[in-house]
Amino acid sequence: MNNDYLVDIQDERLSFFTPAGEVKALGGVSMYVREGEVLGIVGESGSGKSVTAYSLMGLTAHPGKLVGGDLYFNGHHINGMNEREMRKMRGNEVSIIFQDPMTSLNPVYTIGRQIREVILLHTDKNRQQANDRARELLRLVGINEPDKRLKQYPHELSGGMRQRVMIAIALACEPKLLIADEPTTALDVTIQAQILELMMDLKKQLNMSIILITHDLGVVAGMCDRIAVMYAGKVVESGTTDEIFYNPSHEYTKGLLQSVPNLNDRDHKRLVPIEGLPVDMLNPPAGCPFAPRCRSCMKICLERMPEYTQLEGAHYSACWLLDKAKFESQGKAQS
Amino acid sequence: MAKYIIKRVILAVVTVFVVATITFFLMNLVPGGPFITEKSISVQAQEALKEKFGLDKPLIVQYKNYMLSILQGDFGLSLRQRGRTVSDIIGSRFPISARLGGISMVVAVVIGVPLGSVAALNRGKWGDKVITVIATCGAAFPSFVICTVGMYIFGVHLGWLPTMGLTAPANYILPVFALSFYPMAYITRLMRSSMLDVIGQDYMRTARAKGLSQANRLFRQALRNAILPVITYVGPMLAYLLAGTFVVEKIFVIPGLGGQFVSSILNRDYTVIMGTTIFLATLVIVINALVDIAYKFIDPRVQLK
Repeated sequence: MNNDYLVDIQDERLSFFTPAGEVKALGGVSMYVREGEVLGIVGESGSGKSVTAYSLMGLTAHPGKLVGGDLYFNGHHINGMNEREMRKMRGNEVSIIFQDPMTSLNPVYTIGRQIREVILLHTDKNRQQANDRARELLRLVGINEPDKRLKQYPHELSGGMRQRVMIAIALACEPKLLIADEPTTALDVTIQAQILELMMDLKKQLNMSIILITHDLGVVAGMCDRIAVMYAGKVVESGTTDEIFYNPSHEYTKGLLQSVPNLNDRDHKRLVPIEGLPVDMLNPPAGCPFAPRCRSCMKICLERMPEYTQLEGAHYSACWLLDKAKFESQGKAQS
Repeated sequence: MAKYIIKRVILAVVTVFVVATITFFLMNLVPGGPFITEKSISVQAQEALKEKFGLDKPLIVQYKNYMLSILQGDFGLSLRQRGRTVSDIIGSRFPISARLGGISMVVAVVIGVPLGSVAALNRGKWGDKVITVIATCGAAFPSFVICTVGMYIFGVHLGWLPTMGLTAPANYILPVFALSFYPMAYITRLMRSSMLDVIGQDYMRTARAKGLSQANRLFRQALRNAILPVITYVGPMLAYLLAGTFVVEKIFVIPGLGGQFVSSILNRDYTVIMGTTIFLATLVIVINALVDIAYKFIDPRVQLK
């Protein structure tokens, strides 16, 4: 593993063994996160964004199974850890915020209890100290009247408030890494901005890293240092936010960016959707998974998966078009 | 809370009044009477008895008299068991039925809840299948079949257990088994499906992401949510079991309220029928109220209105 990286995922392969057959949810995913960095994982539903992040916490749901690759996090080799070791890590070194705050809190226990629970589990604090810490956390995530809130039940709070509570729970033990799995999808737009701002604020205060899973490119642009674009269980392009937005090189990334509405656009351009449907993961194509929907599809795209091409610095993309370009430029230089 | 309880009490009084009224008139619609028996009693004697108990008066007057006397807490004398008051009969029979029924309910919950949870956690595996078969049997076998088969195997064939009366603790085993099998099976099935539902909830994933152990997730996080449907079922079932069941009491020769109630109906023992009906109606109402309040304590989302 690379010691500079807090998270280092190398060639992760993960399959779901369903009655219908093996679904290769992740087919060789590699990505890394440095300390204090925000990595955005973008892609449509079923592209493997959440599966990648969950496997880092050992939260892969049955019947999913890691079948290859290496996952490193904060000095741990995740592959070799047993459930006990994983439990010590979860909620402590790495935390997660889920998509739907309405259902992610246990309805029969008070907010206070649900925050204290994780503090009591991972630290030596006693009940009173845990309660003080819970109050402090609620203040940190911008909830007023924390003493009152601690005694309330989830159904007595609004969605935005509950997501703040989820964040408080996630941050209770000052994790090195926060995984945010579409943290704002279920919230209305004004609350979305508040929650994202809060996350960025806390990231700076606590110097943690964030993996932000989303399909909202607007969110990614504002928050992330680097982006990994996923399609059909593969990272098709990765690079810094600027590289991805200003110099997208994979046809899928280009398609994604063209389908985002732009408010500053005066000439009312039509949005360009990506035609077709995501691939059937039970029977993935032999070549590039995006090939059937790609406007520049070539013969080779249908036959073989392209290798990654390094464009500049850490900007990588897996597309035959780039390979061809590289090949041609090399050819010219030689002649 | 105080307002809620007052409201429930008023509602209970109205309900009992309606139940008593309906029972009174229905009971009198049924042909026959308390003094018509296989031993022929002379017409004069019958008339004299009717006059003594006020049964010679018009029905509406009888109704008025009865209602006035129960308002004073007097449920009258039994028409068939000479010299015994209705309160006395219920007071001597109910504790027997209640103890047996109470034990059966506890057994059903103590076995059914873990069994259902285990089935849910092992969904699709052989443990789940075995439990599902047992639960289906419990729901399908009528209690008299369980009584007689149990009696034959353990009482007659093996001679391990007594088959009648309730004199020693061992006497309870067969009747409790017969009484608790059905509710146990039902609770197992309820628990299995609600546990499956709860396990799939987002907050269970949150619990795992917090690093909580499996035991904690099951007992602290899931159980309290999953047990709610069981509580709903336990209320009416408990009332049913406490009241005593005719079949089981008859087979094991147990002098409980269930057998008493049925024979009072057959005998047209009007005062006992009325007294028992009012008593059982009150029992059901009280237990239902307690269940509603228990619900509030288990699930804070429930509003008592």
